[in-house]
Amino acid sequence: MERQSVSGMQLELKGITKRFGSLVANDGISLSVTPGQVHALLGENGAGKTTLMNVLYGLLQPDEGEIHIDGKAASFHSPKDAIGAGIGMVHQHFMLVPPFTVAENVTLGIEQVRPGGLLDAGRTRREVRELSHRYGMDVDPDAIVEDLPVGIQQRVEIVKALVRNASVLVLDEPTAVLTPGETQELFRIIRQLRDSGTSIIFISHKLKEVQEIADTITVLRRGKVVGERKPPATEADLAALMVGRDVQLRVTKAPATPGDVVLSVDSLVVPAAVSSVHGTPATASTQAPVNGLSFDVRAGEILGIAGVQGNGQTELCEALMGLLPVASGSVRLNGKDLTQATPRARLDAGIAYVPEDRREDGLVGSFSVAENLVLNSYDRKPFARGITLSLPTIAANAMARIKEFDVRTESPAAPAGSLSGGNQQKVILARELGEGTKLLIASQPTRGLDVGSIEFVHKRIVEQRDQGVAVLIVSSELDEIYALADRIAVIYEGEITGFRPPGVDAAELGRLMAGGTDLPNTPLPEDAP
Amino acid sequence: MSEPAGTEEPSSERSSSAGTFSQVFAKALEGNTVTVTVLAIVTAAVVGGLLAAFTNPVVLHAPAGDIIPKAWSVVAGTYVALFEGSIVNPHTVAAFFQQASLPTAVHDGFLGAVFNPLSETCVAATPLILAGLAVAVPYQAGMFNIGGQSQLIGGMILSAWLGFGVSMPIVIHVIVCVIGGFVGGAVLGWLAGEIKARTGAHEVIVTIMLNYIMAYLLAYLLSSPSLLQKPGSTDLITPEVASSAHLPQLFGNGIMRVNAGFLLALACAFGAWWLMNRTTTGFELRAVGANPSAARVAGMRVEHAWVLVMSIAGGLAGLGGTAIVLGTDFAVNPSNFGTYGIDAITVALLGRGRPAGVVWAGLLFGALTAASPGMQSQANTPVQIVQVLTSVIVLFVAAPPLIRTMFRLRATRARGVGTTMSKGWNA
Repeated sequence: MERQSVSGMQLELKGITKRFGSLVANDGISLSVTPGQVHALLGENGAGKTTLMNVLYGLLQPDEGEIHIDGKAASFHSPKDAIGAGIGMVHQHFMLVPPFTVAENVTLGIEQVRPGGLLDAGRTRREVRELSHRYGMDVDPDAIVEDLPVGIQQRVEIVKALVRNASVLVLDEPTAVLTPGETQELFRIIRQLRDSGTSIIFISHKLKEVQEIADTITVLRRGKVVGERKPPATEADLAALMVGRDVQLRVTKAPATPGDVVLSVDSLVVPAAVSSVHGTPATASTQAPVNGLSFDVRAGEILGIAGVQGNGQTELCEALMGLLPVASGSVRLNGKDLTQATPRARLDAGIAYVPEDRREDGLVGSFSVAENLVLNSYDRKPFARGITLSLPTIAANAMARIKEFDVRTESPAAPAGSLSGGNQQKVILARELGEGTKLLIASQPTRGLDVGSIEFVHKRIVEQRDQGVAVLIVSSELDEIYALADRIAVIYEGEITGFRPPGVDAAELGRLMAGGTDLPNTPLPEDAP
Repeated sequence: MSEPAGTEEPSSERSSSAGTFSQVFAKALEGNTVTVTVLAIVTAAVVGGLLAAFTNPVVLHAPAGDIIPKAWSVVAGTYVALFEGSIVNPHTVAAFFQQASLPTAVHDGFLGAVFNPLSETCVAATPLILAGLAVAVPYQAGMFNIGGQSQLIGGMILSAWLGFGVSMPIVIHVIVCVIGGFVGGAVLGWLAGEIKARTGAHEVIVTIMLNYIMAYLLAYLLSSPSLLQKPGSTDLITPEVASSAHLPQLFGNGIMRVNAGFLLALACAFGAWWLMNRTTTGFELRAVGANPSAARVAGMRVEHAWVLVMSIAGGLAGLGGTAIVLGTDFAVNPSNFGTYGIDAITVALLGRGRPAGVVWAGLLFGALTAASPGMQSQANTPVQIVQVLTSVIVLFVAAPPLIRTMFRLRATRARGVGTTMSKGWNA
């Protein structure tokens, strides 16, 4: 099954409609993908992008509409049909067997067999090497998948599709799991694939990326195609199409008026965890994830911690909340030492926390919205009377908070897990942003949210600052840091490489994020893969 | 698996099925797991009937043309015996009304005979309900308590010892013994919880091992005259508990054995519901069970919750043992803890992990237990068939998709404790 040079495939979706009960997920969507093009599907969460691609990949059957390949109608009843027709898909969550090698994963399902029923492992390895070389993917066929970084695992998925002779490659939110560097690498590979004749369908809700990579942009909203643009389209134009109204991408905020130091972190060291909150096993590395961090956050200012994901941000937040043990250094809130305090004591001291992983750490999915709104105050007045819960007060609180934060839920009794990501985040904010907050720690507060929700969350955070709350934002989205921060700190391998004012240019932040220090004329370390 | 909800589009699970009738029916079923449970019981009754009929020698050796009538009579006989043995026997009702006068009928125990089957059902249900709660309550906090057996034995040992070894005034004695039984079980539950909290050892393994340890500890205690063995006896049995420690019978000292233990079980079921759904502690326990990470981030003490809920559960199972010792058996031997601790898992499963469900499931299994001697003697249906029947019920309840497929109900996302319990071993 040596891969032939790609013959371009004209793919057309005509009037695809897919309903789930009363919900119309796709409403008469038509789409034409030209060979050798990157075609972006842009839309908010829930706009119908993934449903459409599942229809294309044979995972769902459309209620109406047809798929045409090179002018001929095709019907896919399973992914096998779609693969056979030359469609490849890289899901947001990889479909790899972690303990298997790259070659084993690639060959899974299409095993090459030698006479006698033995696996022809050599052939797959050669194919992987050849493809890897042709598109500059740097994938070792003998590496074990679970040892590979996420970015390389994604390439394994791409190789998998290519080995199956995909001439249309669907990438579903491919950059959601990647660092900025890995994203650029992915874009390079996408361009090479495109130049060799493969069509790419690139699904995203990130305006910048779509502009950078796409040849054609189709915008979906509420299951319908609302517009098609060719870059360069303005971001404001695309965003307006996506959400159906003009969105402010920048939060308008008054200059900060910093007061006294609220949070003071001094030489904080968090050792490599035996197990974190999630019970992930300890890694072999002896490097402390947080390695002697010091910073202050003042009342009425937002300190943004920028950095590539995985440089100790998660551990820093968990240590600040008392969820991870601290080896040395100190954490003080308004001068009071909280280094060894329990999570409960920190919450009582006035720290509000918006965790990075809202489904895992922020909400109890099976609990009602009302219960989640009192998740950390259920045993205090007015929600508790003695040892019993005051259900009327909890219900009244839910009604008020749902209204105030515009949480879209069918009822306060609906399980929080059934809400969309944006509404889940609103529930967490509604719970955390109450009276008596002195410090707000928000980690990746808008990850995975659509433009409208991002705007809402950002406004609320700035509102807190204006009320004199000290705010610590940890984000790997530079846009977010720029939009919110009054002061920027850059974290690299558990250390702060520098503080910068909000007007600093992105190149300088990039230098610090790659480990550059404050010292002038320091050579930039190479960003080794 | 922690993708944000918003990025997931509605998947095929919600795909609609054709036909409005089936949709209406399915709507009625969605979230109404009671329907599934009832259908499971009905299905199991049919399967059990078939088994009873076609394992019966009379049916097996009948001439070909005679098989169906014979089978029918065996099935009918079995279920009539089940009804008569667990709810009411029409003969006793007839006998009651044939008596000369109402007062003499009551005095001579004919009224007692009418209600005796129900009384026996309640007696058999009492330890099942209490031990069932001991599984259901920790399940809501994310723990699998397989140690009902050990906790039940713990409760038996302490309540029996307090019952025969200590003398106290009449009302106080029984109260002290009941509290002792709770403590005896709670200690074992606490031990399992504490081991998990401190070392991370899985509670399933710990509680199973404690079951063995306690069974043999009991045997040792019963064989040591200086400890629990009845003086002068060579049997493995404790002395009888003092009559001041007996749980009072609800209807005088007649034939009906149902006693305050049954009321205690109902009170505990209500208490468990109230604790889990109306108190701050219950909120915490449920949050820890549903999402320990989020509970920890919200400032709850997860390990503390584990220890607490296992102690409560142990106490409940201990009360189950207490009800046996102080309510019906009045002494401990190596067999009167039966298999209640293990059957409790079945009860909790059938009761879908909810206290009210546990009461109904306990009563159902109590009825089957109470009626099985009659089924054996009257319909020649062996007791093993009764056990197969209970197993088949639970099998169907544990696999709602099976029932939904059989009755052509739309597949819904399984949320019931039944399915999650069987999945939970990966947790």
